[in-house]
Amino acid sequence: MSKLSAVLAAAKAENRAALIGYLPAGFPTVEGSIAACKAMIDGGVDIVEIGLPYSDPQMDGPVIQQAVQVALDAGVNTLDVLRVVEGVAATGAPTLVMSYWNPIERFGADRFAKQLAAAGGAGTILPDLIPEEADDWIAAADAHALDRVFLVAQTSTPERITLTTGVCRGFVYAASLMGVTGTRDAVSGNAKGLVERTKAATDVPVCVGLGVSNGVQAAEVAGFADGVIVGSAFVRRLLEAPDEASGLAAVRELARELAAGVRSGRR
Amino acid sequence: MTDATVFSDAFFAASYAHPSAQPDPAGHYGRLGGRFMPEALMAALAELTEAYQKSKNDPEFQAELTHWLRTYANRPSLLTEAKRLSAHAGARILLKREDLNHTGSHKINNVLGQALLTRRMGKKRVIAETGAGQHGVASATAAAIFDLECVVYMGEEDTERQALNVARMRMLGAEVVPVATGSRTLKDAINEAIRDWVTNVEHTNYLFGTAAGPHPFPSIVRDFARIIGVEARAQLLDLTGGLPDAVAACVGGGSNAIGLFHAFVPDESVRLYGFEAGGSGVESGLHAASITGGAVGVLHGARTYILQDEYGQTLPSHSISAGLDYPGVGPEHAWLHDTGRAVYEPVTDAEAMDAFQLLCRTEGIIPAIESAHAVAGALRIAPALREELGREPVIIVNLSGRGDKDMHTAAAYFGMEV
Repeated sequence: MSKLSAVLAAAKAENRAALIGYLPAGFPTVEGSIAACKAMIDGGVDIVEIGLPYSDPQMDGPVIQQAVQVALDAGVNTLDVLRVVEGVAATGAPTLVMSYWNPIERFGADRFAKQLAAAGGAGTILPDLIPEEADDWIAAADAHALDRVFLVAQTSTPERITLTTGVCRGFVYAASLMGVTGTRDAVSGNAKGLVERTKAATDVPVCVGLGVSNGVQAAEVAGFADGVIVGSAFVRRLLEAPDEASGLAAVRELARELAAGVRSGRR
Repeated sequence: MTDATVFSDAFFAASYAHPSAQPDPAGHYGRLGGRFMPEALMAALAELTEAYQKSKNDPEFQAELTHWLRTYANRPSLLTEAKRLSAHAGARILLKREDLNHTGSHKINNVLGQALLTRRMGKKRVIAETGAGQHGVASATAAAIFDLECVVYMGEEDTERQALNVARMRMLGAEVVPVATGSRTLKDAINEAIRDWVTNVEHTNYLFGTAAGPHPFPSIVRDFARIIGVEARAQLLDLTGGLPDAVAACVGGGSNAIGLFHAFVPDESVRLYGFEAGGSGVESGLHAASITGGAVGVLHGARTYILQDEYGQTLPSHSISAGLDYPGVGPEHAWLHDTGRAVYEPVTDAEAMDAFQLLCRTEGIIPAIESAHAVAGALRIAPALREELGREPVIIVNLSGRGDKDMHTAAAYFGMEV
C-alpha cells in the first residue's frame, strides 16, 4: 500500500475524512513555500499538494494565479518544485505535485516521475490530462511506483467516471463545482451526488475539491467524502499576511480549523 | 462557367461536408492534436462534436449557412488579378479577397457556422477570444443577427493597439473584457475564455476563433474556413484552366491558412506556403513563429508547435500584427509541416510592412498587417519558383483581412501623422 493510501485508510479507520492542503511551490519564495507547507501539516493537514507554477493556468482563479505569477516572476522552475517536494515529504506527509501537463511533458514524463519519486513525492494530480491522453504518464508513474490522481466533474458521464476511476491510484479528485479554483460561500449542492456516482464505480477513495474555505464547509464535505481538498483559502492567507511569520501563523490556524471540521463531519 | 454554376448551393454544401481525411475520432493528427482539457469540459466538447457531425451533413443546416454566406457575408469573395504587384514580383499573383467580406476579414465564415451551431444546440450565450479583434467583431456581429449574448475576451495590450475594433464590438452590443493577466495578449484571452466556459458551460458555447485548441475546434474551424480554398481553386480553374503553382497565407493560429490550403492538399503539384510572424527575426527571440522557431508541446488543449522554455513555460510572442501574435499554431498545420506537405517560413515585421506599403501603392488595397505577411512571403518565393519552373509561376495569396484597423500601427511605423 502506498503512503498516500495508508494515510487515507488511517483517516477512514478514525471515521473521518482526510484533510488535503494545496500551496504552490515558490510562493512567496522556494524556502517560504516549504515553511508554509510545514505550517499546514503542523495545523493538521494530512496530505500536501504542491502546485507547479505554470504560465497558462486555465483552471485557476485569481488567488492562485496571483501567487503563481510571483513564483514565475522569480524564475521558479521544475527543479525548484522538486526541491520543495523533498523538503515537505521529509516531514512524512504524503506529498503530491499538482501540475498542468506541458511542464511535465517538456521535462520528460519518465525523467519527472523518476525525480519526483527520488524526492520522496507520492504522485501527481494533473487537471488538464484526461485518461485518453495519459499513456505516457501512466507508464512513467507505474515505472516509479507513483500514485496518479485524475479528476471527475459534475458533467462527467457514467462511462467517463468508469474510465477515469479505472486509471486512478491513491484517490479520485472530484471537482465538486463547475468553475475555476477559488473560495465560494457555499459548497456545491451537487458535490454529494458526484461523490456517490463516483463511489458506485470504484473502491478508490474519493476526495472533493473546489470551493472549500472554512471549517463548516470542511465538515459538510467530510460527511460524504474520503478527503477534503483546500487550496485557494490557504493561498489567500499567505497573500493577505503583512509578513512571513504572520502568514505561517494564519496558514496553521486555518489548517487547525479545517482539521477540526473534517473530524466533526460524521458526528 | 459562370459564378452561378461554379458557386451553386451544392458547391457550398460540399465545402462544409467534404469527404477528405479527418483526424482520428479523438482529434489526433499523428502525435499532434488531441484534447488536453479539464474533465469538466469533456461533456461540452462531446456535445459540440456530436452537434457538428450532425449539422455538417444536414441539408437544412447547409442551406442555412449558404444563405448567410451569400446574402450577408458577401460570398463568393473575389479573386483579383494583381497586375502591378505581379510585375514587381515576377510572378502572376492573384489575391483571394477575404478583406471584402462583411466585417472585413475571413473570420465571418467560421463565426456564422459556429453561431448557427450554437443556435441548434439551444445555447443562448457565446464567448470568444480575440487578438486583432477581427474574430471578436465577427462574433459580435453573428451574436447580433442571431440574438445571442456575447462576451469577448481580449488581452489588455491588444485592446490598446486595436482600439477601433474594441469600439466596433461594443457598438454591436458585445461585452468586451480586457484581460490583464500574464502577457496581456491573445494567449491570456484564451485562458480567460476557457475559465468562463468551464464555469458557464451549461448555457454557453465557445466560438473558438482559430483552427487550434482541443478537438473538435481544429476540425470545425477548418471546415468553416475551407470555403476560401474551395472557391479560389474553382475561380482559378475558371480563369486559367489550371491549378496554381503555389498558395500562400499568413499563419498565426492558422485558420485562414488552413482554409486556403485544405482544398489544395490533394493537388500534389500545388505548393502550400504558410508565413509565420517573424517579428524582429527568429534569431532575436522576439517573434511568433511557432513552427519555425518553436518546439512540440501542449498549449490550449492540443499538442502542437509552441513557443516554450526548457521547462515548458509558454514564452511571450512578438509581432507587429496582433492577429498573428500567438505562441502556438493549429495542430493540422503542425502535421502538414511534419509530413512535409506544407512549407512554413517566418516573415519579419519589416518585410511585412514593406509588402503592406507595396500592396497599397501598386494595387490600391490596404491589407491587414496579418495578410501583408502572406504578400511578403509570396514576393520572397516568386524568384525561386520562377527559376525552378522555367516560367512565370501562378501564386494565390490569401488576403485574409483589410487594414482599416491597422491605420494607427501603420502610420506610427511609417512615421506619418494621423
